[in-house]
Formats: sequence, structure tokens, C-alpha cells
Amino acid sequence: MAERYRADVLVSCLHGRSPELIPALEEEIEQRGLSKEVRVVETGCRGFCTMGPVVTIQPEGVFYIKVQPADVPELVEETLIKGRVVKRLTYKEPSTREKIPTYQDIPFYGKQMRIVLRNCGMINPKSIDEYIAVDGYQALGQVLTSMTPEEVIEEIKTSGLRGRGGGGFNTGRKWAATRRAEGDIKYVIANGDEGDPGAFMDRALMEGDPHAVLEGMIIGGYAVGAQEGYIYVRDEYPLAIENLTTAIEKAREYGLLGKDIFGSGFDFEIKIVRGAGAFVCGESSALMQSLEGKIGEPRAKHIHATDRGLWDRPSCLNNVETWANVPHIINGGGEWFASIGTENSKGTKAFCLVGKVRNPGLIEVPMGITLDEIVNDIGGGAPKGREIKAVQTGGPSGGCIPAHLLDLPVDYESLSEAGSMMGSGGMIVMDDRTCMVDIARYFLEFLRDESCGKCVTCREGIKRMLEILTDICQGRGEPEDIDHLEELAETVQAASLCGLGKSAPNPVLSTLRYFRDEYDAHVVDKFCPAGVCRDLVSFYILSDQCVGCGVCVKVCPQDAISGERKEPHVIDQSKCIQCGACFDACRFSSITVKSRSETQAEAQPMPA
Amino acid sequence: MPKLTSLDDLKALRTQLKKDIKARTETGTTITVGMGTCGIAAGARETMQAFLSELAEREIDAQVVTTGCIGMCHEEPLVDIQQGDGPRITYGKVHPDMVPRIVEEHLAQGQAVDKWVVGRLTQEEE
Repeated sequence: MAERYRADVLVSCLHGRSPELIPALEEEIEQRGLSKEVRVVETGCRGFCTMGPVVTIQPEGVFYIKVQPADVPELVEETLIKGRVVKRLTYKEPSTREKIPTYQDIPFYGKQMRIVLRNCGMINPKSIDEYIAVDGYQALGQVLTSMTPEEVIEEIKTSGLRGRGGGGFNTGRKWAATRRAEGDIKYVIANGDEGDPGAFMDRALMEGDPHAVLEGMIIGGYAVGAQEGYIYVRDEYPLAIENLTTAIEKAREYGLLGKDIFGSGFDFEIKIVRGAGAFVCGESSALMQSLEGKIGEPRAKHIHATDRGLWDRPSCLNNVETWANVPHIINGGGEWFASIGTENSKGTKAFCLVGKVRNPGLIEVPMGITLDEIVNDIGGGAPKGREIKAVQTGGPSGGCIPAHLLDLPVDYESLSEAGSMMGSGGMIVMDDRTCMVDIARYFLEFLRDESCGKCVTCREGIKRMLEILTDICQGRGEPEDIDHLEELAETVQAASLCGLGKSAPNPVLSTLRYFRDEYDAHVVDKFCPAGVCRDLVSFYILSDQCVGCGVCVKVCPQDAISGERKEPHVIDQSKCIQCGACFDACRFSSITVKSRSETQAEAQPMPA
Repeated sequence: MPKLTSLDDLKALRTQLKKDIKARTETGTTITVGMGTCGIAAGARETMQAFLSELAEREIDAQVVTTGCIGMCHEEPLVDIQQGDGPRITYGKVHPDMVPRIVEEHLAQGQAVDKWVVGRLTQEEE
């Protein structure tokens, strides 16, 4: 007989913060004599990352944020014993300042549509039983006992599912190609080498719902005729590796991996391979090289991996999120999945919403939702009432979409047309305190470090582009530099072998396309309008607007600001390092950015 | 754990496991036990535990939640049962011994145990 509990306390988003929270909860519950009624369950990411650790109490759905071990006695006493909500731990909606006690009512979750992340934060990822209880492995059972591989592929084709790793290739067609390929031995591979800065969808999935990834892969293995699957995970994801390992062991114990699964005669095994965290190994051919134990360098793809991939055998490589969608498609039917989204982009997509938004985190939205809805309704807009300038999608290979295009629907085609891409799902929001030249420089710096060096254009081209951008940011830019940048970008795009090189110039090209004026300001006026490039700017206090509150004095790391209370303050330019802390902190907009060259000309010339 | 060798095995296991995560799924029936200081003093904890074990034993789908004092302290332990959109029926002075009969007649047969009922709230009155 199963144990019956009246409440489940779901704890998630610990991420190293307060690991003592769970033992503290358990101890308090034990002490209060509630251990027969209330159970503590550690779950995966709930996506509301800045609010962690997050505690949800079911069945009521009471949602507490930023819970610390010290809060535990009050939480147990009030909520679990007396059934009351502890107001100070509930989420406060920033726009209305209203406290929202249950998670169903929080706008952050309201606009989302959770399919692939459905179980994340709702079940214990270490328990196969909980996964089975929420209909886990039902799809696999159905596939193995009542469908032919061709029927499975047909169902996936009907669903219109496309690769969630960035390229957006039709998954059903990829499976069909692998199935058609000649050879007895075939492989399926899950790409869990998530390298984009600020992106963590795949990690959340592998940590929070590892069985969904396994189930998708086993179904895929059956469909394409493979006997073995590999999950390539970067070693920076220890918890993902731990949870996947547990999941594989459990699945094997239950007979869901191994020989003769569900009595169907189908044998399948899955192995985990840890990658060393090279960005280029997220590229399919480099990933397979790395799997084979070779140096992770891309190779030419005259022959598709579906014909000759890993160890020259037909291989079907999909992103973790793509695999995790498969069980849901089989359970709900391809047509159901195809009814969500736009004409050419079906289903939902998980995004990591980061940067200058009030509610950063992991979200899942139906395709076709506008960027505006994501950024403003789910993300809560830019903090401190600043203006959103651009949204960067697709990671280092993607591009920046300016604010006036925010009503763009999110699907593969629309994003490509706007000069960006879907990518794996990183979404970085930038406000008017972000310099677009500096952003391009940052991404190129990342790509220079991550280029494998095989192609000259990528290895040297990115380096040279970075040098030009650094010059521009430091005030040494010349007008012809922008032409050089464009020329280099074209060459790198045309002559590099793999996706990393081909898309490396995208950050430069898309910022040039939409924010040419900022480049011109840097090159011609030697000025950074956002006040980011330190060599080009000086900060001044407008004496007629300054109320003398002293906030800037407190945040200045150089003690460069002085003044009497309630009197206008002054910045000592000889001490100022242009960090901009005062500019961000001032609530009266009384600090202004000026061009360094201009102000130096105005100042008295230094004695020779 | 014996291996699952057929789809039926999986289904049987799932039926069993679903009960384990009952608190996280919709059931349509809510049993609210008054657990203010007055309720606890009158023995509400034992009553609630009796409900939990009775529900588990009889495999009945219902969620057990707690609430604070609602002011009728002389009738504690108070237990409210609400099924779907139906009226909220309140039992007073619920001793653990009374739980099996309430579960049997109210939840299993759909007939409230009238002689123990101390109040009824329909949706409009709430």
C-alpha cells in the first residue's frame, strides 16, 4: 500500500545556495510530528531563478521564494500546521506591489506553456517512480508494443518538431534519413553540450527530468534502428551527470533499458560521455570526434552524419530538448503538437531569459509568441524603469534584435530574417545602459577563445575583428574600420568550415545593421552613448538637478564624489574611473555622460 | 524491483504510484481539517491522520488540507468535505472512530452522515 501524505513540500532552485534547507525542513517536520503527513521532495528547476530557493507546498500551490533555513520553523508552524500563508515569503509582483501567495497566479508562469518542462520542479528527478506516476514511459510502452518504427517516424513528421539546438532541422526527416541509411549498427546521440553564455535550458532538463531525455532517446533508437545511445554532457554540469546516471541505473533496473524492453525484442543501452566544455563540441561533427576520443574539431559534412557519423556509422544527433519533446508528442499525438505554434515552427520552446529584466529565469512559451510578451509580460520589463534597447537571441552565433522589432513572433524564420537565430534558446535582454559595440566585442572575445583554430579565417579573422572592435571601444577607431569589419565578416562567414565560424560574425553584423549610429558615435565622436566604454566617457553631476541625497557617494568605489548633504555634489575627475556605479544608482537622473574628448578640450590645457 | 516486461506491468505500477503523488494532482474532493490551536487541542491531528490512513487503505481520491480556526471552537475537531462544486459540508466533533463511517457513507456512497453535520455552505453563500 502506498503511503498517503496530505502535503508535499517541493524544494527547488537550490543551486548551491542553502543546501541545509532540506535537512532543516525534514528535521522541523519530524520534530513537529508531521513526518507521517508531510513529505519533503527535492525537485529540479522551476525556472524562477533569481527567486531561489523556491518552496512550493502542494496541494494548495503555496509558493515561497528565497527561503532560508532560518525561515523553516515559521514556515512549518504557519503553513503546514495552521494552514496559513507566510506573507513575507511570498512573491511580490514588482509592477503592482501585490503579494501573490500561489504560483498559479504569478504572471511569470501565467503566459508560459509548459510541455517539455512540465515535470521540472514538479517531480523528484532522482525517482523513476515519480516519473512513471506522471505517465512516464507510457509513450515508450505504446511505441514498442503497438507501433512500427515507420509509424513512429511518421508521427514525429506529423508533429513538425524541429531541432531545438539551433539549426531547426526537421527531426522526423533526420530520423527517416538515419533509418534509411545502410548499416546494422546505428547510434542516437543527445547533444547536452550547452555552451552559449547565459543558456541553461538543457541543464535544467537533464537535472530536472532526466527520464524524459532517456525515454525520447529510446523511442528514437527504436525508430531509427539503433542499439546504443550516447548523451554528451559537459563536465561543468555535475548535477546533470549525477541525475542522468541515477536515471539510467534505475531504468535498467526496471527493464526499460537493456535487453528485450517490454517484451518487444528491442535492445537498447545509453551511455553518458562527459565533455570538457569546449564550445565547438556543441557542433555536431566536432561532438562526434570528441565522442570517439579525438580532438574536438569539426569535419567537412559532404556526407551527412545520418549516413556516416560516429565511428562512420549512421548516427542521429539531436539536442536534449528535442529528445525530451518526443515522449510528449507520442502521448499527445503529432497533430496535437502541430496545433501549437506557427505554420513552420511547431510546439513550444524553452528559453533562458537573462540580462536586464526583472524576472530572469527559465521559461517555456509556444512558438509564435512575440518577443515583447516574453520580455515585458513574463520577464516583467527592464528593472528600474529603464528602456529596453535590444534582445539578443541565439547566443554568440545569434544577433541582436532592436526594440522596435519586439513585436516579432518567435519562430525559426522570423528570427533569421531579423538577422538573428533561434539558437538553443538563450535570450539576453539589454537596456539603454548596454553598449552595442561592447556587446559585439564581448561575443567576439568569447568566440576567439572558443575557436578550435582549424580554419584560418575563423582563427585569424575573429581575432582581427576583435582587435578592431577593441580599438573602437578604446577610442582608437577610424571610419574605415567599419568597412574592414564588414569585409572581414563576409570572409569569415564564407570560408569557415563549421557553424561556429560561419556564424561568428553575426553579433557584429546584426549590431552594425541596427545600431550603426552607435558605431559612428564611437568612431567619429569618440563617445559611448551608453556610458560603458570607459575610455570615451566622463560622468558629471548636473548641479541644478542634484538633490544631494548622497547615494552616489556610497556606491562610488573610488571615493571620488563629495558634497554637503542636500547640496549638489561633484565628481573629482582625477579620481573617477568611469565605472558608472553612480550613474546607475542615481534616482534623480542628475548624472550625465559626456564625451571624454570634448570635456578634456573644455578643461584647462595641462602645462607642457 | 522486478523488471517490467510488458506495457500492462507499467500500467499496473503506474496506478500504484499515482497514489504516491496524490498531493500534486487534482482530485476534485477536498477534506479540510481545522487545525487551529483549538482544533489541535480537541484532537484534530489524530482525526486527520485517521483520514489519511483511511483514504490510503480504501484507495479513495481526495486531498487532505488543513486550515486555522473558523470560530466554532466548541465543535472542534471540525472537518469540511467539498466534492467538486458541491456544497461544503462541515462535520463537528469528529473523533477518529467516526472517520471510517464518514469516508464510507459520504465519499464512497455520496450520502452525508446527517446526524454529525453541523453546517452546509453552498457556493453562493460563500
